[in-house]
Amino acid sequence: MATETKTNGVGLKLSRKDFQSDQTVRWCPGCGDYSILAGVQKVLPELGLPREKYVFVGGIGCAARFPYYMNTYGFHTIHGRAPAFATGIKVVNPELSVWVITGDGDALSIGGNHLIHAMRRNIGINILLFNNRVYGLTKGQYSPTSQVGTKTKSSPVGSIDYPLHPISLAIGAECTFIARTVDRDQKHMAKILEMAARHEGTSFVEILQNCIVFNDGAWHQYTEKGLKEQNVLYLEEGQPLVYGSEDDRRGILINDFKSEIVSADSPGIAVHREDDEDGAYAHLLSRIEVNGGPMPIGIFRNFQRPPYEAMLEDQVTAAQLQKKMSVDDLLHSGDTWEHK
Amino acid sequence: MEKMDDNSSNGSPEKEVVEVESVTIRFAGDSGDGMQLTGDRFTSASALAGNDLRTFPDFPAEIRAPIGTLAGVSAFQINFSSEDIHTPGDALDALVAMNPAAFKANIGDLKRGGILIVNTDNFTEKNFQKAEIDSNPLDDEKLRGNYQVFEVNVTDLTRRALEDMDLQSNLADRCKNFFALGLMYWMYTRPMEPTKEWIKQKFGNRSEIVEANTRAMEAGYHFGENTEAMASHYIVPEATYPAGTYRSISGNVAVAYGFIAAARKLGLTLFWGAYPITPASDVLHELSRYKNFGVRTFQAEDEIAAVSSAIGASYAGALGVTCSSGPGIALKGEAIGLAVMTEIPLVVLNVQRAGPSTGMPTKTEQSDLLMSMYGRNGESPVPILAASTPSDCYDVAIEASRIAVKYMTPVMLLSDGYLANGSEPWLIPAEADIPEMKAVFREDPEGFMPYDRDPETLSRPWTIPGTPGLQHRIGGIEKQDGSGNISYEPENHDHMVRLRAEKVAGIAKDIPPVEVMGEDSGKVLVVGWGGTFGAIAAAVEALQARGASVSQVHLRYLNPFPANFEEVMRKFDKVLVPELNLGQLVKVIRSEYVIDAISYSKVQGKPFMVSEHITKIEELL
Ligand code: SF4
Repeated sequence: MATETKTNGVGLKLSRKDFQSDQTVRWCPGCGDYSILAGVQKVLPELGLPREKYVFVGGIGCAARFPYYMNTYGFHTIHGRAPAFATGIKVVNPELSVWVITGDGDALSIGGNHLIHAMRRNIGINILLFNNRVYGLTKGQYSPTSQVGTKTKSSPVGSIDYPLHPISLAIGAECTFIARTVDRDQKHMAKILEMAARHEGTSFVEILQNCIVFNDGAWHQYTEKGLKEQNVLYLEEGQPLVYGSEDDRRGILINDFKSEIVSADSPGIAVHREDDEDGAYAHLLSRIEVNGGPMPIGIFRNFQRPPYEAMLEDQVTAAQLQKKMSVDDLLHSGDTWEHK
Repeated sequence: MEKMDDNSSNGSPEKEVVEVESVTIRFAGDSGDGMQLTGDRFTSASALAGNDLRTFPDFPAEIRAPIGTLAGVSAFQINFSSEDIHTPGDALDALVAMNPAAFKANIGDLKRGGILIVNTDNFTEKNFQKAEIDSNPLDDEKLRGNYQVFEVNVTDLTRRALEDMDLQSNLADRCKNFFALGLMYWMYTRPMEPTKEWIKQKFGNRSEIVEANTRAMEAGYHFGENTEAMASHYIVPEATYPAGTYRSISGNVAVAYGFIAAARKLGLTLFWGAYPITPASDVLHELSRYKNFGVRTFQAEDEIAAVSSAIGASYAGALGVTCSSGPGIALKGEAIGLAVMTEIPLVVLNVQRAGPSTGMPTKTEQSDLLMSMYGRNGESPVPILAASTPSDCYDVAIEASRIAVKYMTPVMLLSDGYLANGSEPWLIPAEADIPEMKAVFREDPEGFMPYDRDPETLSRPWTIPGTPGLQHRIGGIEKQDGSGNISYEPENHDHMVRLRAEKVAGIAKDIPPVEVMGEDSGKVLVVGWGGTFGAIAAAVEALQARGASVSQVHLRYLNPFPANFEEVMRKFDKVLVPELNLGQLVKVIRSEYVIDAISYSKVQGKPFMVSEHITKIEELL
């Protein structure tokens, strides 16, 4: 715990408590959002920035209420548009650490356009997508990540929409940092969130989150003891793609643009690399679970590309050095004439 | 008209020079014929000749409509005068028609006895078909009875002038607009020198183009001088208007300058969130050139992102502005409501065009007033300002910024296609003339509450991220006054809805009263707003000169209205409200003041003509 004033100054050691706001948290008891909130509040003190440098931006939905619970600057905006608000904030003040907290409906349905364009611009914001495969706040309709056949109030005989896969989408949208973690794994989440925060450019983290009220157990196979060992593929830079329980280790082989599940001791198991700028490998990885394989958890892709705000600052600085002008100069630019 | 000796024609046939007070001409041709550029140059030359002037470019929405068709006609109108004028002119004194489609689309606007110059090389059977004309209109005897017709083989004469240059013929043909320009320079006694300079600057390193265009223009000029058919030409003397340094300015450029100036004065970064749309895109283009003023233009993925990013920028301490036209503004409604709720400064510039839906993108209209006032969910009041002339766009941009920042509110700023592209001479103001205004950020944590209020303005403190000790949360959910905490309490909501309305209404104390042009009581008061100013002013002045009991009020502030507005209207027997819509301001006046104001509306995608106002006002006198 820090003893000095915690509002200002670099190098102060803040704690999780310092990031808790005085607002009552209003998520349903047992909601996966609580552990994500705790995870974020634990990670921020590690980043060395004072609280006032953080801005949390939410859209609409259960997840989007997140900013109210952070003792930082917070802006609860409108449905789906949080990445656009965050873009304006970051462009004007690149020193801020800007976080977008969103859900599968907010980010992928109504806000799909803003999500992909923030990512392709590589604007320096961190986007945390809480994926619970359902609309929570509006009481349980199927979402863009719900699987075909999901029965909800708005799909009583099963949904017929094919789902989106957020990681595949992020790869297609040229995102430079793409990762997945789960609400139930604080350690893994902490690692991923810290990496995401330190990444320059857009970082996108899909967090598998349990909506206990409307879609309980959507991710159980990846979070429950006894199941997750068999079903989760942890991605580690430079490590082979292997997973499974002690007595049933398996690996991923990549052959002819397809992934194949083989015994872990087979030759040619793929080795994970995050710096796949091309995206073909990362995309293949993002489809493993879709095709019935294990759920990859970790960093799918992580490479450098100048962020939007940095390039804009460069253009502004260059223009200012090149052409100093007063407002009077501006008004007198072009053809003028004297009238006597 | 007064006849003078011509002293400019060195040895060329003796021609008569006729002095005239005001002239309205129109260049019309195919979109690819360079009519806008021709018009721009003629404007510049007339400005240098010391005339007062107004312009009206009118072009199709299609970038390359099929050549020779009516859909592809592009025109540029200019009114230049030795007197004060307010409009680009009603009927034409001269029309240059580069092809049959341009002839057909514009001949109806030419005055009886007016000058018609046609490029006969384009008057071919094929082009008649494209223009949907049965037979050669030039063969019609009546045409010659009604107008002074000059048939000029412009294409052929241009080619001949450039014959020895060994240019590809399509390149030579592209110079024919300069031939037409040169001919009109002769016709209205304008010097060619400035245009020659301009050509050099514009095409500098492409010397064959410089020479070709210059020669084409000279050929046109000399054609006028030498052809016997043209017996006289005209001169419009210098106008007497205040001395000083002038430039020509269009509304879109003026508004861009206004925001740069306002941001400077406020000490803020200008953030411009926009998505391309006609006729607003030119403002984005203009501002994107001024990164040296620290302007951050952001071409967003859509209209909603454009406004949202601007709100984000204001939230973070910039002057956030978003700009669009009707359809785009409709998309921004929800986000504007958020700025109302969170009380964040924002200016929303709407360069209006003919609607609904896509409507007629390049045609003017003022039919978004009610959308600006009421087009959001909930009780969502915003101040609304409108520009009245191209140069006024500069002043209203500054004023809109001042109000947005002082009152922590989104402000709607209305321009229109007519102001955006039209131009007028502008006595260049000085930076020092910008009214006093400042942006204050809350920095003191002592007693801080996000929805604390300034007792005078009722605005809340602007508290930007990065300020130590002032971390707080805001959002679109109703909040407790003061603390800003989420609140669903019935009395609090009632209080907050009224408070937001009161804050906007209170701006009436901070704006100038309406000014009456003419007597402050009488038979008819004409109340206008926006780009109709010029035509109404010209009509009212003309009638006043004849002794009619008519006055004019032109509103810059449409919400709130100036405090004395009602009182002013009540001093007249009749209130006439001309608008390029089906009567939007008139509705507001009638409901607000229960005054039986009379609507005069027109929705043709075209500005009012002076004569239309005169006729209408005369009916009421
Ligand atoms: S509805 Fe679901 S996601 Fe929303 S708070 Fe409740 S448990 Fe969490």
